[in-house]
Amino acid sequence: MRHIISLLMENEAGALSRVAGLFSARGYNIESLNVAPTEDPTLSRMTLVTIGSDEVIEQIKKQLNKLIEVVKIIDLTEGDHIERELMLVKVKAIGDGRDEIKRLTDIFRGSIIDVTDKSYTIELTGTSSKLDAFLQSIGQGIILETIRTGASGLGRGDRMLKL
Amino acid sequence: MTEELTGAEITIRCLQEEGVEYIFGYPGGAVLFIYDELFKQDKVKHILVRHEQAALHAADGYARSSHKVGVALVTSGPGVTNAVTGIATAYMDSIPLVIISGQVPTAAIGQDAFQEVDTVGITRPCVKHNFLVKDITELATTIKKAFFIASSGRPGPVLVDIPKDVTQQKAHFSYPDSIRMRSYNPVINGNTKQIKKAAELILSAKRPMFYSGGGVILDNAAGVLTELVELLDYPCTNTLMGLGGFPATDKHFVGMLGMHGTYEANMSMQYCDVLIAVGARFDDRVIGNPKHFYSEDRKIIHIDIDPSSISKRVKVDIPIVGGVSQVLKELIKLIKASKEKTDAIALKEWWKQINLWRERDCLKYDRSSRVIKPQMVIEKLYAITKGDAFITSDVGQHQMWAAQFYPFDKPRRWINSGGLGTMGFGLPSAMGVQFANPSSTVACITGEASIQMCIQELSTCKQYQLPLKIINLNNRYMGMVRQWQEFFHGNRYSESYMDALPDFVKLAESYGHVGMKIEKPSDIEGALKDALKLKKRLVFLDFITDQTENVFPMVPGGKGLSEMILV
Repeated sequence: MRHIISLLMENEAGALSRVAGLFSARGYNIESLNVAPTEDPTLSRMTLVTIGSDEVIEQIKKQLNKLIEVVKIIDLTEGDHIERELMLVKVKAIGDGRDEIKRLTDIFRGSIIDVTDKSYTIELTGTSSKLDAFLQSIGQGIILETIRTGASGLGRGDRMLKL
Repeated sequence: MTEELTGAEITIRCLQEEGVEYIFGYPGGAVLFIYDELFKQDKVKHILVRHEQAALHAADGYARSSHKVGVALVTSGPGVTNAVTGIATAYMDSIPLVIISGQVPTAAIGQDAFQEVDTVGITRPCVKHNFLVKDITELATTIKKAFFIASSGRPGPVLVDIPKDVTQQKAHFSYPDSIRMRSYNPVINGNTKQIKKAAELILSAKRPMFYSGGGVILDNAAGVLTELVELLDYPCTNTLMGLGGFPATDKHFVGMLGMHGTYEANMSMQYCDVLIAVGARFDDRVIGNPKHFYSEDRKIIHIDIDPSSISKRVKVDIPIVGGVSQVLKELIKLIKASKEKTDAIALKEWWKQINLWRERDCLKYDRSSRVIKPQMVIEKLYAITKGDAFITSDVGQHQMWAAQFYPFDKPRRWINSGGLGTMGFGLPSAMGVQFANPSSTVACITGEASIQMCIQELSTCKQYQLPLKIINLNNRYMGMVRQWQEFFHGNRYSESYMDALPDFVKLAESYGHVGMKIEKPSDIEGALKDALKLKKRLVFLDFITDQTENVFPMVPGGKGLSEMILV
């Protein structure tokens, strides 16, 4: 099953490579990973998307907790949560296609943030599966470039990852 | 205002503050300022090894036998890469070490400078934690953290990488008394509810079994474990790392378990109905194929300080995260206070079954052989040292025979590389053991293949006059490799033959030690006695043993515990 694991870690050099190293050394999957400092500059918050059986996920969480720089972790998918990912897609946009792409972007509540005579760059946020759906709708043929941040998320309401 | 010291001075002052007696190391460019400070003081004694791997093993042997943190000092680049095997060895067996490594100056980092490696990167997967100190004002706190992390929770090696310019810069020195880290708080006390549930399950068992590992030794829990087992009259087995955690000559002890464990230990493990795992981690050499292990129904209680060791390979019913010593004490209290008693009738039946398994006499070997049987050498060593020596070993057949034929009654007497299986560990770790226990007998049981992996340390032994007794079980083969090739590779002894061996007697003599060559079974006892009489000399005893002897019982790789090959 797909899990979104969010962690608070000391904002120190090398902390990221400890997490990445753990996943490769133990053969765990990483679907996506992102990290940035929080409102407290001594802490970074990382979001990891991984896939594994319940046993594997349990081990991943224990192993992450064991890393000295990891302060706290939460498995967002274990409870109510909000998930968002940002994607930028550059597509071929010529002739009649331009209108069609604009319409599709509106349906998905995206926005076109760069326009040339041959291309559009679309910005889209949503759950990872919504972004997948958008890519599928727009069709492989016209996609020039894609970049995705990987999922981020927060627990809903009182569910928080805080010191 | 506190005094201002250089980074090198701070480093040594920190070691002094920590009460470090010995530091095992080898100098080089990046650590010259630290060595200069070592020279100017005499509180911390430096032991010069002949190869950095040995520095780590010596610090490791020192730590294992003394329950103190072992400390090593190496230079940048090759100093560190040579040390990696030793660091990984300590990591796999959870041994508390602090390693100080030199690094090229901060400005040169990343420039492919002379003797530069990414030390933090290279060692990251085999340390509990590591640090690169770029700011002199953080040096003292970092060293404090290193000692704290290494020795608390599940222990392990911690490396502190110090660039050369940082050892020259100056800063005010004050050593923190204690350290708090928001991201690191190991759990010591087990969950009370879980311990209560465990006590109930333990008392309800019909076929109980204690299975204890290195965690019992590391947490100094041998005494409490023994008390609990005897209180209950239950059987107990130890892993290779756990030997000495329960007295081997006690009637409740069924021997070591695992790949080369006793028949009775493995059968009891397989057929028990309640298993109490204490500071052990169900590794592949211990339970064999987990599927086969699952084929019998049993309830498992697992006590361990490291949550990630629990339900990793085997799913357990009652996990208890905490220091084993603390948890066992709680269990004793609860069991003593409980109205429930153990099931005496079922227990009697269980012991009857275990004694039947014992009758299989799985460790028998040909005692009337005309060539030296390696098992006999160890049995005689046990008799002559009255079971009270510190024994280190290398890796292979001799290691298994030592574990089987030298019953350890006390913890911290059996020093071996169980997890990583590092050949070359025996001699340097014995040096560390001897430094920690200067008046004790320290013997290194080894083979002619393993000993050659760190043989240069005979020179260190000469320099510090370490009176080790090296028991070389010389069968002219990499014995364990040969055994596997015999069993599983159609007797094709591919590259497992030790050709062109040195004359070990002359070799020992050339380093200024005593050498002996023993070829007849009738000479074993006399030679050992003579060697042990030489209290101030290192004696290298080269026993020419049976080339074809195998270690039994054996659970072949991928098989289950009850599928042993027996003699």
